[in-house]
Amino acid sequence: MIVRILGEGQFEVDNAAAAQLDALDTELDAAVEAGDDAAFKSALTRSVEVVRAGGSPVPDDSLHPADIILPSSDADVAEVLKLLGEGQLSE
Amino acid sequence: MSVMKRVSLIFRAKANKALDKMEDPRETLDYSYQQQVEMLTRVRRGVADVATSRKRVELQMNQLQKQVQTKENQARTALGQGREDLARAALEQKSSVATQLSGLQDQYRTLQDQEEKLTLASQRLQSKVDAFRTRKETIKATYTAAEAQTRINEAFSGISEEMGDIGLAIQRAEDKTAQMQARAGAIDELMASGALEDHVSGQQDYIQQELDRMGANSEIESELARLRGELPSSNQAPRQIESNGGGATAGGSAPGQQPGAGDGL
Repeated sequence: MIVRILGEGQFEVDNAAAAQLDALDTELDAAVEAGDDAAFKSALTRSVEVVRAGGSPVPDDSLHPADIILPSSDADVAEVLKLLGEGQLSE
Repeated sequence: MSVMKRVSLIFRAKANKALDKMEDPRETLDYSYQQQVEMLTRVRRGVADVATSRKRVELQMNQLQKQVQTKENQARTALGQGREDLARAALEQKSSVATQLSGLQDQYRTLQDQEEKLTLASQRLQSKVDAFRTRKETIKATYTAAEAQTRINEAFSGISEEMGDIGLAIQRAEDKTAQMQARAGAIDELMASGALEDHVSGQQDYIQQELDRMGANSEIESELARLRGELPSSNQAPRQIESNGGGATAGGSAPGQQPGAGDGL
């Protein structure tokens, strides 16, 4: 599976890492819903670690879109909400 | 739905909307390529802007660092002269400058990080743009509009995701740079107002004035002492000249030795 970390590029991760990310994604979602910045940052930091540690960078000249995209490693809930909101409103 | 999936869907939706507008996808490949090249220029400008901002913060850090040293020296001098009140004031100012300095150091690291990320992003985009250019020529040459569609979709989604990512990165960098500039401007103003003394521009604080005055007084004292010391010795001055004259005579014999040295040859 290809994962992009915003601001860092794409990584190819194996199934084990993908499963870990899936669990972390649930945490991220709950944190965004609750507006809980601390929980969000904690889950995001662990997600980014999983990708950086377990993934291998996709070559720069690849034009494959990613399967999932992680916010920037230093993003907060407000930034993610803005990102998601922009997507719904954009042309 | 999950956050990671939603974000990726948003990027894809943007690409799909752009693709939907295309009559013959092959025709818009060139237009898309042109946009990519423009984006590259924008990223490079972004890198340069962040670097400029970083250098400005660096300059201010150097100035503040000098001030910390100055305050430390002032405190030491003042203490040496038995002026604990001045030393205390100097140390208080040193502490406030040091606080400003540590704030700047944090910002400096943030800017360094931004610069590094944008530089890498710019290299990444360059590679992708090159790959896209090659792909677009192949697609245009080989495929009919209908066949081209699926091939273009993937290349376009890939490049569009990269462009979206970089667009966000530049936005973040611009926001950060604007914040830094506002803060750097505030520090410049503080320096100009004298709240943070700027020794580079020649403004002086009262501690320095006091130390200078005390320094001038002790210089006058030592000058007086020196002059006083010269008074009794003024009678000996002619004798010194005489002895200098004797030395000159002794030296005058030196040339006389030279022929002797020449004889030795």
